[in-house]
Amino acid sequence: MKIGVLALQGAVAEHIRMIELAGGEGIAVKRTEQLGELDGIILPGGESTTIGKLIRKYGFLEELKQFANEGKAVFGTCAGLIVVADEIIGQDEAHLQLMDMKVSRNAFGRQRESFETDLPVKGISEPVRAVFIRAPLINEVGPEVEVLSTYKDEIVAAKQGNVLATSFHPELTDDFRMHAYFLDMIRATRQ
Amino acid sequence: METGTSRVKRGMAEMQKGGVIMDVMNAEQAKIAEAAGATAVMALERVPSDIRAAGGVARMADPTVLEEVMKVVSVPVMAKARIGHIVEARVLEALGADYIDESEVLTPADEVYHIDKREFTVPFVCGAKDIGEALRRINEGASMLRTKGEPGTGNIVEAVRHMRLIKGQIRHIQSLSRDELYAEAKNLGAPFEQLLYIHENGKLPVVNFAAGGVATPSDAALMMELGADGVFVGSGIFKSDNPEKFARAIVEATTHYKDYKLIAEVSKNLGAPMKGIEISKLNAHERMQDRGW
Repeated sequence: MKIGVLALQGAVAEHIRMIELAGGEGIAVKRTEQLGELDGIILPGGESTTIGKLIRKYGFLEELKQFANEGKAVFGTCAGLIVVADEIIGQDEAHLQLMDMKVSRNAFGRQRESFETDLPVKGISEPVRAVFIRAPLINEVGPEVEVLSTYKDEIVAAKQGNVLATSFHPELTDDFRMHAYFLDMIRATRQ
Repeated sequence: METGTSRVKRGMAEMQKGGVIMDVMNAEQAKIAEAAGATAVMALERVPSDIRAAGGVARMADPTVLEEVMKVVSVPVMAKARIGHIVEARVLEALGADYIDESEVLTPADEVYHIDKREFTVPFVCGAKDIGEALRRINEGASMLRTKGEPGTGNIVEAVRHMRLIKGQIRHIQSLSRDELYAEAKNLGAPFEQLLYIHENGKLPVVNFAAGGVATPSDAALMMELGADGVFVGSGIFKSDNPEKFARAIVEATTHYKDYKLIAEVSKNLGAPMKGIEISKLNAHERMQDRGW
């Protein structure tokens, strides 16, 4: 299975490593032409403002919407979660609008408030180590969205059809179960 | 729930990869930098070329500069403390700086000891000219490194020298047998465990950006080509003729550093870059890269 990682900015190599550990093939994606060969794509952590700008600059905005509309899987982590959200609180413009949710940026505070913790995730048997770095939160979800994980009653992981999103960074640990979950999601949508 | 872990601090630096971090002196410049696609901004009173011109003792910026900048941008805000100045660093942490640069651009406060960075919740970036210096800073708790280059000169030659040297030393360490690493640790003045990591992984345990002398989109792309994880631009943007255009062009050249047509395109009609300084024209005491060890 070929999984792209959008390589405009952010933690790209880490995601590729995790895809490979989970048994997929990871590819850094810098050009829209590369989307055709992919079974799914990961939008990595980084700075959402920067990634949002570069997505538009290089024609990824429409191409990625189409990619998702064709039923191909998309996984956004941290900044990537903001990129897939329908609405960003305090901001007029959203990006890909692939998931029916309202999100807020830097919801936990500044870098000194960044943290890691063990977090239960629906569909994964034991808790995963979740690393939150200037992380966003999902404030509200629509009826189609399945909540996969919460931290102190706030939503930090969710899924809608072929789109998966987490506030935290599964790629910064050695635990590849979130990536394996994503690969399973792709297999399930194919059947 | 744990804050300030090594993973949380290094992770923050990982998120900056492939990006450009820009020096800004006020809220207005910070907005320009963010709009151009900077992944973080460095809030300071004077960019390195002004520090050079002003002379005297260069210190941590007035806290209001940091506060103003934090108010207007959503990207992380970094700030500089003097080498070894524990209190400047604590003040920046208390103010909410997302990252502290223990920087040779400011006048060192301590000529023997760097800050024990492990004691802090916020991450630190430090400059390094070679692998020994890099590993000593990592051992003290730096979560990110950058080449020192020769700040405020607009001359890329020293950043290139430092990046090439570190990359070459990494290859050398990989080529050694395990028992040879002990002697190499002694030669480099670096902890054995850090050397072992490089021996096994072929890379530094933290990200390494390029800094010091980046003045054009091609300079930024050159440093990426040489293996930098991202780029710091100091005087290069706000000392150029057209900061907005320069900032955007440098971001694009960093993202697509192997796309030479694109770099050509973004380099057109930028106006004059910052005026540079030939390194050999600097007196020994004016060389910032020699501060820190």
